[in-house]
Amino acid sequence: MSASAQGMNAPLSTTEPHTSTGIDNAKLAIWGFLGSECLFFGSMITTYLLYRNRVVAGPKPHEIYNIPYTSVSSFVLLMSSLTMVLALAAIQRGDHRGFRVWVLATAFLGMVFIGGQVFEFTSFVDSGLKLSTSTFGSAFFMLTGFHGAHVTAGILMLLSLFSMDVAGRLGPDGARKVELIGLYWHFVDIVWIVIFTVVYLIPTH
Amino acid sequence: MSEAPSAPLEQVELSHHPAPRQYVGVAAILAIITAIEVAIYYVSSLRSVLVPLLIIMSVIKFSMVVLWFMHLRFDSLVFRRLFITGVILAFVVFGVVLTIFFTQGGAAPVGS
Repeated sequence: MSASAQGMNAPLSTTEPHTSTGIDNAKLAIWGFLGSECLFFGSMITTYLLYRNRVVAGPKPHEIYNIPYTSVSSFVLLMSSLTMVLALAAIQRGDHRGFRVWVLATAFLGMVFIGGQVFEFTSFVDSGLKLSTSTFGSAFFMLTGFHGAHVTAGILMLLSLFSMDVAGRLGPDGARKVELIGLYWHFVDIVWIVIFTVVYLIPTH
Repeated sequence: MSEAPSAPLEQVELSHHPAPRQYVGVAAILAIITAIEVAIYYVSSLRSVLVPLLIIMSVIKFSMVVLWFMHLRFDSLVFRRLFITGVILAFVVFGVVLTIFFTQGGAAPVGS
């Protein structure tokens, strides 16, 4: 399965260099990284759960959350995981046009999510909830803000993949690169699945 | 992996990856579960069981993305172990912090 021999539309090679463990080192590294990220977000979610009911100043969670609005944001991010796997499937079969469409769609959905988060943060600040208003505010903005930063980093990586493909610099192991960045993207999606339930849907006292 | 060391590992894995149609099916299920989550949030008669229901649905969504979209179902067992270790450690942190917090009396409410 040599991409160079079969031209632009040939499936990119997904064959990895053999390692002593028989496992792709880059993939092993990204899974280790994602495992550590579980700890990172786990700590932040724990902090949020501890502090969300300790509000003596500013609005309380159920007074400012807009569940229908956040549900749409969650749906958008969930669907971006679908477009990401479709991008991976496209590059694995050598369909570069399909890859570019799906990877751009993924980046676009990510940008819609971030735009929604910026709007939400702005409306919360207008409602009197700031980072320093209460421990609830601090925990909320830190948790969702760090998640938003992860999504933003993911968008930049997706746009880099798109640019590299357009420039023909994705290389013969392009599908592997897409898979690794795809794993990161799906991870920010599963973190949001937890945040949406724990932060927004589970009622406070 | 149980495949021979000389086998092109990723090609073996790719042959087990779902087809795009299956991905769409998984996404449809995820969307339906999300809709149910939001719907039951507004059903006052389910308030007493709301938290366990939401947690169960969240776990299902989490697992579906990890197993299907992240291909953990089809990939090496080592990746699965690495990731599950991270998840378990996150729960341990949660338990330790909760224990310390409540056995030490917890922090006083902090205002402005």
